Amino acid sequence: MIARAETRADVPASGVLASLLKRAALAAGVAFLLTVGIVGFELVSSTGELEYHTRFGSIVVTVAAVFFGYLAMGLLQAGLIWPAIIGAVVVGAVLLFVLVGSIRDPSLERFLPYESSIVDWSLLMFPVGIVLRGLWLFGKARSQAKTGRIAGSRRYSGWLAWALIGAALVLPFMPFADRRLVDIATLTLTYIMLGWGLNIVVGLAGLLDLGYVAFYAVGAYSYALLSTNYGLGFWVCLPLAGALAATFGILLGFPVLRLRGDYLAIVTLGFGEMIRIVLINWYWFTGGPNGINNVARPSFFGLDFDRNPDEGVAAFHTFFGIEYSPMQRVVFLYFLILACALVTNHFTLRIRKMPLGRAWEALREDETACRALGINPTNTKLTAFAFGAMFAGFAGSFFAARQGFISPESFVFLESAVILAIVVLGGLGSQIGIVLAAVVLIGIPEFFRELKDYRMLAFGLGMVLIMVWRPGGLLAHRDPTMLLHGRKRGRS
Amino acid sequence: MAYFSQQLINGLALGSIYGLIAIGYTMVYGIIGMINFAHGDIYMLGAFHSLILFLILGSLGVTWVPLAILLVLVFAMVLTAMYGWAVERVAYRPLRGSTRIAPLISAIGMSILLQNYVLLLQGARGKPLHGVVTGSIPLFEQGGFVVQIGYMQILIILVTIVLMAGFTWLITRTTLGRAQRACEQDRRMAALLGVNIDRTISMTFVIGASLAAVAGLMVTLYYGIIDFYIGFVAGIKAFTAAVLGGIGSLPGAMLGGMLIGLIEAFWSAYFTVEYKDVAAFSVLVLVLIFRPTGLLGKPDVEKV
Repeated sequence: MIARAETRADVPASGVLASLLKRAALAAGVAFLLTVGIVGFELVSSTGELEYHTRFGSIVVTVAAVFFGYLAMGLLQAGLIWPAIIGAVVVGAVLLFVLVGSIRDPSLERFLPYESSIVDWSLLMFPVGIVLRGLWLFGKARSQAKTGRIAGSRRYSGWLAWALIGAALVLPFMPFADRRLVDIATLTLTYIMLGWGLNIVVGLAGLLDLGYVAFYAVGAYSYALLSTNYGLGFWVCLPLAGALAATFGILLGFPVLRLRGDYLAIVTLGFGEMIRIVLINWYWFTGGPNGINNVARPSFFGLDFDRNPDEGVAAFHTFFGIEYSPMQRVVFLYFLILACALVTNHFTLRIRKMPLGRAWEALREDETACRALGINPTNTKLTAFAFGAMFAGFAGSFFAARQGFISPESFVFLESAVILAIVVLGGLGSQIGIVLAAVVLIGIPEFFRELKDYRMLAFGLGMVLIMVWRPGGLLAHRDPTMLLHGRKRGRS
Repeated sequence: MAYFSQQLINGLALGSIYGLIAIGYTMVYGIIGMINFAHGDIYMLGAFHSLILFLILGSLGVTWVPLAILLVLVFAMVLTAMYGWAVERVAYRPLRGSTRIAPLISAIGMSILLQNYVLLLQGARGKPLHGVVTGSIPLFEQGGFVVQIGYMQILIILVTIVLMAGFTWLITRTTLGRAQRACEQDRRMAALLGVNIDRTISMTFVIGASLAAVAGLMVTLYYGIIDFYIGFVAGIKAFTAAVLGGIGSLPGAMLGGMLIGLIEAFWSAYFTVEYKDVAAFSVLVLVLIFRPTGLLGKPDVEKV
């Protein structure tokens, strides 16, 4: 702030404004070049012959938005808060007028740039954001309050974890918990478990794995094939799926774990794609692109969740003498994945304190030093790979059991990217951070399914923005677990 | 022999396209050490820009094919290069000097963003473009099988050779190329000696994106259909090509691209089409195990 105040004193406001206008015009020019082709012309091939429709309105709106947005942000940065706020209010008011008007008078809609009214309305976020930021800066400049980081935030993570577990336990019994909410929570927990599993590989051992979904697929297909071909139950298959996935992890890991960093990333990515291609083409074994149908659902200590179970199988609702409700299975699956996830978490937290976990973390920090200390890097990495794969295998067989149907479509690279994003955005190595990132990336977008096209757009944008805003992840946690002479207290 | 020669021609044409994309990966990796995951999508944007420009030129009445292709080439390179520049400015520059993994995640996010951006704007359907450059020259005949080289294949290989020559000149002879090589060796030292690091890195992205745009144009003409998803697979293969040739090495990228193209063509011809991607990746794994620096890469000295 001080440096900025000095520049403000040195350079007259008109000079600031001139250079700002120039830069804003430049940004607008870039925006024009970016949008003129791909936004301005829509390719349509409805009649078989390709033609184009023009959408110049969208270009004008985007270029204007970039120009004024850049100008407002620049003004805020230069300390000229009030002009920015007034400008944002004016732009916002015009926008609001058109938006409100378009409800009553549809002819105004042609001034709106996008086809979806929700997206048009969300344009209001920009002026509102600028006003809020301006007011915040204004308030800060007045009070000169120092906002320090909350010291010792780690201390709260203990009870925060217990509070989260408590909340997760009572969630399905809350009055507002309908089927949709529990389903979303189950999905989020699946990703939390996958994130915790991948965290062993990426966060602890520091191995960049872009093909994690391969092990998820191995787990899912193991369970689906074992149950449809041999009639094995979920609880028998769960450890088998984990073991198979871990075996795959070792098999794939063995040749490639000597590679470092980015090479490993690209090879794991290649393996992930290879497994998917094999699943698609190995028709007689995996069912090819059609996948596997009618995978058996898991039972609760031998009790089924069907209304009319098969001969000789007891049903959950008759055994406990309660009304049948489809929610029972949904809630059961929710608790199942919650238990699996908590086991993963517990495992990670414990193994970090064991020699193996320490070796992983040491390897992440300095491989050469580890070698000098007699740690075998290949074997150590291989165990991390195998454990990570095992948890993916568990999660995969849960996924197959929950869906009742699997196909290679579910195991595309995007899934690997999403899981890796959860781990990294949460802050590498941070267990709670992963929960937070999974809720932000999976849980919240799931509520906006109606906007499905914009959902993935926002997902990608969110990944970029979170990384730019906090490169270390939402809750960065990379401290060594153990330090000499309790230096830890002094630092955090 | 005839069949073999035909596959050789097909493989070289395909490999040229991979090589053009691979250069973008290898340059960026060489200079800032990150995998620019969004590069495949930049190539996809290049293909879309080419298609749009062809239609515009068509409606403006430019029907002489060589002129149309030249105009499309220039404009598509400019428009796509802006994307390369903007992606670097928005998603990577703020993360310079951060952890290794942060720009990678940002790049994956950018890739998802660009794919869905084009999906939203242009729809999910494949966009066809019917024969702009058609016809072929029969080379020789053997046992009833005519080996022929298409005009399109000639065009692809010629354009690639010309661009590679120009590009080699740019890297070895110009100030910009010297600055790029300096940044690659030691960024801080280069900055101390007056090289504008930000500008050099931006230019690297611009060059990579414009080469990807050329590849996009070639693919649009060669296959005649594109969609928003083509960037992903082509991107992975081009990266594979870059690693195969030795990442950071420009001739290596071209060589790797050619090899991947040839492997794909021969594998599809003699074995199975379905597993051609598996073949490309298997070669990558084998190369990395036995020669981790790639074919033309310099050995990576490990420092403590």
